Amino acid sequence: MELTSQIGGSVTDGLAYLGALAQLGVRAAYFTFVAPFQGKPLRLQRAISQAMQTGVGALPILSLITFFIGLILALQSAYELRKFGAITFVANAVAISMTRELGPLITAIVVIGRSGSAFAAEIGTMKVTEEIDALETMAIDPVHFLVTPKFIAMMVMLPCLTIWANSMGILGGALFGVTQADFTWIRYIQSSLDALFLRDITTGLVKSVMFGITITAVGCHEGLTTGAGAEQVGRSTTRAVVVSIFLVILVDLVFTALFFFMTER
Amino acid sequence: MNNALTQPEVMISLRNLRVSYGDREILHGINFDVMHGETLVILGGSGSGKSTLLRTLVGLERPSSGEIWLKGKNIAAISSEEMDEIRKKIGMSFQGGALFGSMTVGENVALPLREHTKLEDSTIEIILRLKLDQVGLSGFENYMPAQLSGGMKKRAAVARALAMDPEILFFDEPSAGLDPIIAAGVDQLILELKQAFHMTIIVVTHELASAFLIADRMVLIDKGNVVAIGTTDEMRSSTHPRVRQFLDRIAEPAVSEELDYLQMLTEEHRHPGR
Repeated sequence: MELTSQIGGSVTDGLAYLGALAQLGVRAAYFTFVAPFQGKPLRLQRAISQAMQTGVGALPILSLITFFIGLILALQSAYELRKFGAITFVANAVAISMTRELGPLITAIVVIGRSGSAFAAEIGTMKVTEEIDALETMAIDPVHFLVTPKFIAMMVMLPCLTIWANSMGILGGALFGVTQADFTWIRYIQSSLDALFLRDITTGLVKSVMFGITITAVGCHEGLTTGAGAEQVGRSTTRAVVVSIFLVILVDLVFTALFFFMTER
Repeated sequence: MNNALTQPEVMISLRNLRVSYGDREILHGINFDVMHGETLVILGGSGSGKSTLLRTLVGLERPSSGEIWLKGKNIAAISSEEMDEIRKKIGMSFQGGALFGSMTVGENVALPLREHTKLEDSTIEIILRLKLDQVGLSGFENYMPAQLSGGMKKRAAVARALAMDPEILFFDEPSAGLDPIIAAGVDQLILELKQAFHMTIIVVTHELASAFLIADRMVLIDKGNVVAIGTTDEMRSSTHPRVRQFLDRIAEPAVSEELDYLQMLTEEHRHPGR
């Protein structure tokens, strides 16, 4: 009895949390697509500077990480492939697993660490110092002012970063291919491209847009629900990272399954 | 409000206002009026509900019941669009200033103008200088809030609250965290605003010296109820025990009766969930 009520309680809490995220997303969508036609201008300037921080700022570290991931993938798949004398398929293995899965996922994880946590910390601090209240008393909607530019920036930048991550991963694989598997750079890239269908890239990009929405919603929601006191900001930031990672993996699973069953038919 | 003709115009009118956080009721039926052009100080100890009252007046908290008549509208029962229209007519200065840390002082003050008006940048620039001059911060528009002292932050916050030429100005603990000289400066600023613009000003504070200096009338809130309301002279001569205790700064008496003490300890168990 105790157990069922506990399970019931956590399920209700979880659904309420997802509901709150959805509500935030819907309000941001309203301010992006509907409100500009009702005389509430879009904050493109803020969205652009946000995009610079979340997107361009992430490039160096993301490049390095995905280059290594590509290299690791090549090493791991070559370990198995060379038993069958099929080491040239390393290019296919790396290209497909990067674009379909690891490119979007690693990008999301890096962005969670850099930006998801920053959103929660920024908005959480503003909440604690009454800046959110100040916005409201000035008749400025915090979702319009703070959250919507972040959504726009993330939905644009995550797919861009993912494409970049895919290329860096393939480049990482190429380093192995060229040094260990008798590829030339050109031939490695060529066979990677041959291995890929447009579908592989688009499914990855669709996922990355969903990841962007998830990360922004969680980061901003955690910030906006920060309690009183500085230590609560730290708590919100931690929660933003943990919940984002969990939800990104969940969204990943749902969409991967969806694409799997869609292409089967 | 029947005798509105014989009395000065009522600006804000609270009718049986109740506010709760969850199950806990903070304000238990508040009634009072604020007249046009007066400075009303809301006094009260920590946890008395005075900050909640202020937050409710500016629309940050929703009352659980009762009415708040502000400019002819009951803000307890209006849409958020209507509330936003009213908010453009009020200014609020927060305890810590609540300036946006990522913007300069000038951008902070100009923000409501940029958001709610279609004024040219050059006009906004002039208004901005005017407002900063009013609070004695001329030339500080390019400073970041972090570069300002506590008193200057508060002045900048007042300038931002004044940006839209509000009819009502709210202050949350204007002298909290300031040294006596700077605090006196903020009091002086409030007095100047009152004289220059005949603004309706509502101040929440527990600083008695400051309260008696700036107030036309005072309200003492205790445990979520209005204990006393009146002019500064009426308050000084009040014989109400709670008013005397507050004004004469007498500490809360220790629980004397053993029975009371036992009752206090067991109360929680006899009324679970209260």
